[in-house]
Amino acid sequence: MLLIKSVLEGNRLALSRLLTQVENDSAEGQAGLAELFPYTGKAHLIGVTGAPGTGKSSLVNQLTLYYRKGSDKKVAIVAVDPSSPFTGGAVLGDRVRMRDLSGDEGVFIRSMATRGSLGGIAQKTASIVQIFDAAGYEVIIIETVGAGQSEVDVARLAHTTVVVEAPGLGDEIQAIKAGILEIADVLVINKADRPGVENTERALRSTLELAHPTKRIFRHHGKSMSISAPPTNSKMWIPPIVKTVATEGKGIDELAASIAKHAEHLRETGDWAARDRARLGSEMETLLREALVDRFLENIQQQKYEEMMEKVVNRNISPSEAVLSLLNENLK
Amino acid sequence: MTEKKIRVLVAKPGLDGHDRGAKVVARALRDAGMEVIYTGLRQTPEMIAEAALQEDVDIVGLSILSGAHMALAPRILELLKNNGQDQVKVFIGGIIPDEDMPRLKEMGITGIYGPGASTDDIIKDVREAVKL
Repeated sequence: MLLIKSVLEGNRLALSRLLTQVENDSAEGQAGLAELFPYTGKAHLIGVTGAPGTGKSSLVNQLTLYYRKGSDKKVAIVAVDPSSPFTGGAVLGDRVRMRDLSGDEGVFIRSMATRGSLGGIAQKTASIVQIFDAAGYEVIIIETVGAGQSEVDVARLAHTTVVVEAPGLGDEIQAIKAGILEIADVLVINKADRPGVENTERALRSTLELAHPTKRIFRHHGKSMSISAPPTNSKMWIPPIVKTVATEGKGIDELAASIAKHAEHLRETGDWAARDRARLGSEMETLLREALVDRFLENIQQQKYEEMMEKVVNRNISPSEAVLSLLNENLK
Repeated sequence: MTEKKIRVLVAKPGLDGHDRGAKVVARALRDAGMEVIYTGLRQTPEMIAEAALQEDVDIVGLSILSGAHMALAPRILELLKNNGQDQVKVFIGGIIPDEDMPRLKEMGITGIYGPGASTDDIIKDVREAVKL
């Protein structure tokens, strides 16, 4: 395919057009993804997540500037913002904080709307990342929507997950709840020039002290997928806490160092490969589910489906009974 | 499953700092189901063309209140073309004197909207211009 060749040669317009095709899940996009897949697996994927307004975009901006200054590595940024659940429209505003990156051919910023996904990234974000990876971007930063407590999909996608906090956002109880803090490989307290930074740091640190080595288990569509714990004699990764002031560029070199250290740790312990495996496994499973559902719905008589639906609406049978009955009838 | 969305870049070139209009338009297009990439204030033509390229947008909306439209609009059209994005449409909102309108239209600007323009018209025109 001509488009693919141009993408591999570094043509930015071809890359951009392919990203659109992949995002829209068109036939061309799917073919491109398949053709480029052998070229993937080289990039370091960094997820950046945190509550709205903690400064994720500004931090991504500074981090990218740092990478571009220190090395020749090409950096791609996938910035995700929410779609309206009512109209499907979206305002994608992460570029506003990334104006410093304009004019650098080694940086490619792509905004994405969630298009109905609830996990903090879009359904096609993983595929978009694969395209950037194949196109030779060595660092790929995935910025999630402003995330609350359970938008943790990015941890499944990224090698290193950076969770951004800011002073004054919650107490210790928030910090020990399950969810977003658990996925942190590096914790950032941004806006560290604001009052209350000591309290935030203390709360986070005490949470980390409660943590102990465990197997990482991802719940995926109700099924658990695990990444095995490092053997007890190997060193356990304890998420460092980095204080930054993104708007002034303070603490960025320390953050970059922590991220690099984490990548090194992943490679040493074999977790890099394990995460890769878990990610591809969950991707395959998702696709399998979709394909099975599509195929099932294709083979089912519309009328049967409607009848069953009607029974459910009239409270004659429960949704799960309806599903069972449809399955039994069609899988004979 | 295939879902084609209209992608719009709303940008504000030049030096004036009034982005209320741009935000109103961005919001209206969002409510019409489009994906709007908003770049913020004080963008150079180069920055706008680069964002249009990276985001693979169908159309670019420029908000210009500074009076520099006769310099900025052709420059942006030229840069889009140089990048191979000839098919990307451009519309303008802001303060545009009547006598400049014919020349802007000639350049290929698909719509010009002054104060009091209806967002419904803008939405209709954008859909028409990109014909998806």
